[in-house]
Amino acid sequence: MLTPSSEDDLAEVIATADGPLCIKGGGTRGLAVEGTPLCTSGMTGITLYEPGALTIVAKAGTPVSEIEATLDAEDQMLAFEPMDHRPMLGTSGEPTIGGVVATNTSGPRRVQAGACRDFLLGTRLVDGTGAIVKNGGRVMKNVTGYDLSRLMCGAHGTLGVLSEVSLKVLPKPETEATLIYTDLNPDQAVPLMLTALGTPFDVSGAHFGPFHYREPRKAYLRLEGTEASVQYRIQQLKAALSEFGECHAESDPAKSGEIWRNARDMTALSEMPFVARGSIKPSASPEFLSCVSQTLATTDYLDWGGGLIWMGATDSQLRENAEHFALESKEQSLFSEELFGALSEYMRYEDGHLRLVKAAGSTNQSRFQEESAALTGLAKALRQKYDPRGILNSGLMG
Amino acid sequence: MEMPRPSPEILARKARLVSRLLDVLPEDAVISDEAETRAYECDGLTAYTCPPLSVVLPSTTKEVSDILSICHAEGVPVVPRGSGTSLAGGALPTADSVVLGVSRMNDVLETNYDDRIIRVQTGRTNLSVTGAIEDDGFFYAPDPSSQLACAIAGNIAMNSGGAHCLKYGVTTNNLLGVTIVLMDGTVVEIGGAHMDSCSYDWLGVICGSEGQLGVVTEATLRILPKPEGARPVLIGYDSAEVAGACVSDIIKAGVLPVAIEYMDRKVIEVVEAHAKAGYPQCEALLIVEVEGSPEEIDEQLGVIKQIARTHNPVEIRDASDADEAARIWLGRKSAFGAMGQINDYMCLDGTVPVSALPYVLKRTGELAEEFGLEVGNVFHAGDGNMHPLILFDANKPGDLETCEALGAEILKLCVEAGGCLTGEHGVGIEKRDLMGVQFTPQDLEAQMKVKDVFDPAWLLNPAKVFPLESSASRRERMKSAA
Repeated sequence: MLTPSSEDDLAEVIATADGPLCIKGGGTRGLAVEGTPLCTSGMTGITLYEPGALTIVAKAGTPVSEIEATLDAEDQMLAFEPMDHRPMLGTSGEPTIGGVVATNTSGPRRVQAGACRDFLLGTRLVDGTGAIVKNGGRVMKNVTGYDLSRLMCGAHGTLGVLSEVSLKVLPKPETEATLIYTDLNPDQAVPLMLTALGTPFDVSGAHFGPFHYREPRKAYLRLEGTEASVQYRIQQLKAALSEFGECHAESDPAKSGEIWRNARDMTALSEMPFVARGSIKPSASPEFLSCVSQTLATTDYLDWGGGLIWMGATDSQLRENAEHFALESKEQSLFSEELFGALSEYMRYEDGHLRLVKAAGSTNQSRFQEESAALTGLAKALRQKYDPRGILNSGLMG
Repeated sequence: MEMPRPSPEILARKARLVSRLLDVLPEDAVISDEAETRAYECDGLTAYTCPPLSVVLPSTTKEVSDILSICHAEGVPVVPRGSGTSLAGGALPTADSVVLGVSRMNDVLETNYDDRIIRVQTGRTNLSVTGAIEDDGFFYAPDPSSQLACAIAGNIAMNSGGAHCLKYGVTTNNLLGVTIVLMDGTVVEIGGAHMDSCSYDWLGVICGSEGQLGVVTEATLRILPKPEGARPVLIGYDSAEVAGACVSDIIKAGVLPVAIEYMDRKVIEVVEAHAKAGYPQCEALLIVEVEGSPEEIDEQLGVIKQIARTHNPVEIRDASDADEAARIWLGRKSAFGAMGQINDYMCLDGTVPVSALPYVLKRTGELAEEFGLEVGNVFHAGDGNMHPLILFDANKPGDLETCEALGAEILKLCVEAGGCLTGEHGVGIEKRDLMGVQFTPQDLEAQMKVKDVFDPAWLLNPAKVFPLESSASRRERMKSAA
């Protein structure tokens, strides 16, 4: 295990590496590839925090929990609400801010406030040749040169290893409440969520699912702000959504907060050996789910008003699907790969894409649905430029 | 400002090039007459001009692809152009280039309120995107001050901002998909109505790449439901430091205004003479706007005014109705026009951390004095995006050069203070040679690698963004290949 303690160290380690490296933050996202582990956990610390400028800068290995605690003390937050993968994947370790940025990890508030990439102000990184590169900065508006920071955000370390990130933060809302609608199927829940998001009442979460897969699904709408404003918008939103039936307003911020932590971390999927996540045109998700359900057995959840689909499969669902594929093998990993392939095929008919998040026993590194030939070619050329030896998380992004 | 010498070989091949372009375009879409190409000799940075070899005005993505294929095969540089409002010279041609203007491509292709998106051809103007949806209660958030004229194509190229990005973000935060044509004519679809990218964040790197990676012909944009209402408050202070501290305290207090605008004494005086908005005469004036229901607005403005009072304001002025709100905004909105009436000016847009505003304003004043020129400041204070307006006389020999030298010093100051050279206008040619102040050669090399991937021959807008000497070897390679 390589654990550089500084950016210069990191550059040295990469420049002198003689084989593939597996880039790790806290190792909580289950993304290990073949290669010598290169861990960023030695590069930690918040280098700058200016609450009055809504800016925080931290070394890549800084634990997310440290950042959140620091922001919390000033009533601020990472507005993109990064998911903690540990409950779902059963991993241990400490999620790092570099890992969040490298995977562009966002939570339910993404639908209203934006994704991790939207709050990224700048990065420092080391590319596959060992060159130290700075991009962006710490100010909110910056169009000086190309935006390599966003290119790195979600590149899963395949173009460079982040050493420092700079993020815009937001004030923490004073309170929150959740409207809960029951007895809905996706055909009703998605129009409900989209109608809510189309109102001026600043809905900051629109989730559909149970918090245990054996329970009936419900639609949840979150409102955040000052007490008076939240109460006002609860009434306005209820009226605007009257056609969708009765709802219950959960005004206890602790209880509402628990709903959204569960939605963020998708704890409901923790018992499932298979999990995939799809990004899709929100209004197309009911049709997609209905098509899938005609031939395949999955357990589905929606977030971002329908724009994010979580698809889980239990052991028995995996076996059921294996029969559908007429698989003779008893290899569970093969079940998962077949299922991911079949779901990706369905997704191709929609304007979206699918990603494999959890596949029990699978050693397959290809977790991303293939892009068009043109983009695949550009991606390959880009990796060739930034990582000519192909040593950074090789194979993870194609 | 130095530009590469035009290639004599290309100039000599003009007739052949024009004839090839006419093979794929209607006659009225190709301009090659020297008198007519002059209309495209510059953009909003009018100090620099150069008529191009030819101008093409395609109407479809297919035509854009055909044009780029031909120019690629001929080894001819292409300068993409939206509406030509760039203040940084992003659309300045060279004599051996073809200007590709997207102004005829201005259709709305799809509006979808369920998914809150609009898909447009990129020649459409920023304001007319909102114009197409406002009757249904929606708007497109980025609002650069040139929004009446500027095109979405240029907004994407420069990652344009505006007054309201403190809350709504800039173009990159509101762009969901593009149809982009690469220099070799390949048409690539990226993103769409879904929110996350499939693999790499292509949209992120295309947005703000100043037309150097491809020509974006169609865009899927995020639209938002209009807020219930909005109202500004005007706050005057007798020092820049105090106004800066007030901005920081407002943000720290947890209210997030949609806009915090700042004007200094120089600008207030000029604006008063021009627009008679009735502003108080003071050193620093803030306009803070919040959104929501009337009660929510009252609540937020209450907090803001309470903070403002702790800093001993000269005046706090409320807007009791729409008319008074309009009067508060009137002066700010007419500031650039008013300054233009009294003098020529150069407008910079370096951005600094909000905490550094007072220091940078003070230093800017000192620098102006050293150079013997006047500077007015009117800018987006909430995000530290300064807009020093350097006043000069274009008819006075040497004044433009002094103005540019002062501008360079102010931008260096912004970088030293932890900020950047440009917050929303882009680098273009204007700040190209200052890139070394903010970036190491290695940083620039990493950026140029992206262009190598998208446009290996360096034919798209080649002499922009990067200092000429750092891009020289790449551009030379392109020339020798041609």
